[in-house]
Amino acid sequence: MGGAREPILSMRGISKRFGAVQALSEVDLDVYAGEVVALVGDNGAGKSTLVKAICGVSPPDTGIVTFAGRQVRVDSPHAAQELGIATVFQDLALCDNLDVVNNLFLGRELRRGASLDEVEMERRSGKLLRELAARIPSVRLPVAALSGGQRQTVAISRSLLGDPKVVLLDEPTAALGVAQTAQVLNLIERLRDRGLGVVLISHNMVDVRAVADRVVVLRLGRTNGEFRIHEVTNEQIIAAITGATQNVVSERVARLREQSAGDDPLAAGSAEGA
Amino acid sequence: MTDPVTGPAVPPPTPATELSSPKEAVGGWLQTLRTGDIGSLPIIIGLILIVIVFQSLNPTFLNAFNLVNLCLQIAALGIMATGITLVLMLGEIDLSIGSVSGLAAAVLLVTHVNHGYAPLLAVLVAVLVGTLVGTIQGSIFAKIGVPSFIVTLAGLLIWQGVQLRVLGEQGTINLPPTGTLVRWAQFSFVPQWLAITLAALAPLLYLLLSLLTRRRRAAAELPVTPLWLPIAVAVILLVLLQLVVAKLHLDRGVPWTFVFMVLVVVFFDWLLRRTAYGRKIFAVGGNIEAARRSGINVDAIRISVFALCSTLAAVSGVVAAMRLGFANQQSGSGETLINAIAAAVIGGTSLFGGRTRRYAPLLGALVIGAIANGLELLSLSSDVRLIVTGTVLLAAVVIDALVQRSRTSHGR
Repeated sequence: MGGAREPILSMRGISKRFGAVQALSEVDLDVYAGEVVALVGDNGAGKSTLVKAICGVSPPDTGIVTFAGRQVRVDSPHAAQELGIATVFQDLALCDNLDVVNNLFLGRELRRGASLDEVEMERRSGKLLRELAARIPSVRLPVAALSGGQRQTVAISRSLLGDPKVVLLDEPTAALGVAQTAQVLNLIERLRDRGLGVVLISHNMVDVRAVADRVVVLRLGRTNGEFRIHEVTNEQIIAAITGATQNVVSERVARLREQSAGDDPLAAGSAEGA
Repeated sequence: MTDPVTGPAVPPPTPATELSSPKEAVGGWLQTLRTGDIGSLPIIIGLILIVIVFQSLNPTFLNAFNLVNLCLQIAALGIMATGITLVLMLGEIDLSIGSVSGLAAAVLLVTHVNHGYAPLLAVLVAVLVGTLVGTIQGSIFAKIGVPSFIVTLAGLLIWQGVQLRVLGEQGTINLPPTGTLVRWAQFSFVPQWLAITLAALAPLLYLLLSLLTRRRRAAAELPVTPLWLPIAVAVILLVLLQLVVAKLHLDRGVPWTFVFMVLVVVFFDWLLRRTAYGRKIFAVGGNIEAARRSGINVDAIRISVFALCSTLAAVSGVVAAMRLGFANQQSGSGETLINAIAAAVIGGTSLFGGRTRRYAPLLGALVIGAIANGLELLSLSSDVRLIVTGTVLLAAVVIDALVQRSRTSHGR
């Protein structure tokens, strides 16, 4: 992945200060087409600030943003959308009282004369959801009737209608069950297969391992490591997140390993695999 | 709910096939009934019960004469209920509509009778006063962030005060009994041939539009409704409308003001459901943050909706004054406000915002109007009338809250 190719989105030396707090300092991030980058970090590491800087909600103080080889300024959500950067926030922002079609086209309704072109909107919605192999019982169901995973699917599909190049997903699996998480991870892989650059913000190491190609670790507002997912262990990522090889997580793993090596060889195998 | 992973994907396109037999359609409808989406059924059952009760108490209730009176009486109510429906869709409330209708009535009478404005000009001025009031109240609510309840509660007092000031010391102003305005509202009826034609054209138009939509959906390979459904609805509508027209023509016929009210209801139903503007109202009422993020100008929607509501309240006040032939200090006071809110809610508009049924103001106005009319026929004193009207409103709101709760528990 990546290699000599040009990144679709490249951020260099991004800094952001809120009063006395240096939220981001000199952060670099590259996003390539057809690649999933996981952005991980502890609470307060600056993930949200970086996301808000990318999607134009809260532009950085300093730093250079290059999009498709061109230096750009992203100083409003509208500008980000115009460029082709779509963001799916954690709270999804769907209208429960409207059906799937109406939510997908909210704010960009198709018209036919003075009234709405419901037929064309429904046709395109069905087409989009089929392309993504999204599992929605009916596009005319109100969103309130959908499960968490289906709602996430609708929110992600909606971000694709603007034909973006880069999609930012903020904790897309945070509140989901096992099956629904799998559904969303499938969807993320399909976004990558469509040639989109995907930025995945997540706390969940299992999800990150499952779909990400690269991991960027933020710690205290700085880039604290960038790894190819196949060349790194969970311990290394966690060490980068917490900033120490000796940390609560590694100690816990070591302790479990010692215990199981002592009395149960079977459990040792499973701890190794974890 | 289907399982999220193994459940069916988006149904594959079904080219113009008959999706369901009548039996299956009824089954599906019963299914939605059970999950709390009760449809317009309770209103229709309620209306039938009201008719049975009042007809048995006073056999003149279903007279052609009384039914024509009912049509004349509910014209103003239906128009006002249409306006408050828009505000309720946002999850807000406008308590000033009664006062605004009274103010508009006063302005109409003062400009026309005292200052000699031409009828149309006087009507226009009165209606624009309503638009102005709504714009002011909507702006204070949207831009400053004062709860709509408080803004319009203050408005209720202020506009009533302005109404008294406009009327001055006279207190009551009468319209010339043979003047244009009185003629418009009291003595203008649709000629029988035209009423019969319109009552035949409306179902035909509905059928035509349904079939055109059906053909477009089939061409786009989307699921279509079974062919018999629009035909059945059109036939029922045709029979019903012709019966009503025939019955009303045993007396004076169909009042133009009633036709005007129905057109207002139909137009705003179209506006809400079939235009981008209406979709924005739904979105703001459903999830304001989602609406804002999708680029909707929430302030503009709020101000315009309050302006429309007050404008319709003013139109309603004008229609009421023209029918009664006078405006006084009591115009628009008392039960006017409560009746309009009750009509909107009974028709199926949720106080929680974002939900309303088709033609809710019309159905609600029929229910409220029938009750008011029936009680009047029984010449009961106002104590009974107040208690009954209040109880009906309470019942409607309780049903709305229960439906909302059932919806939440069924995830609808």
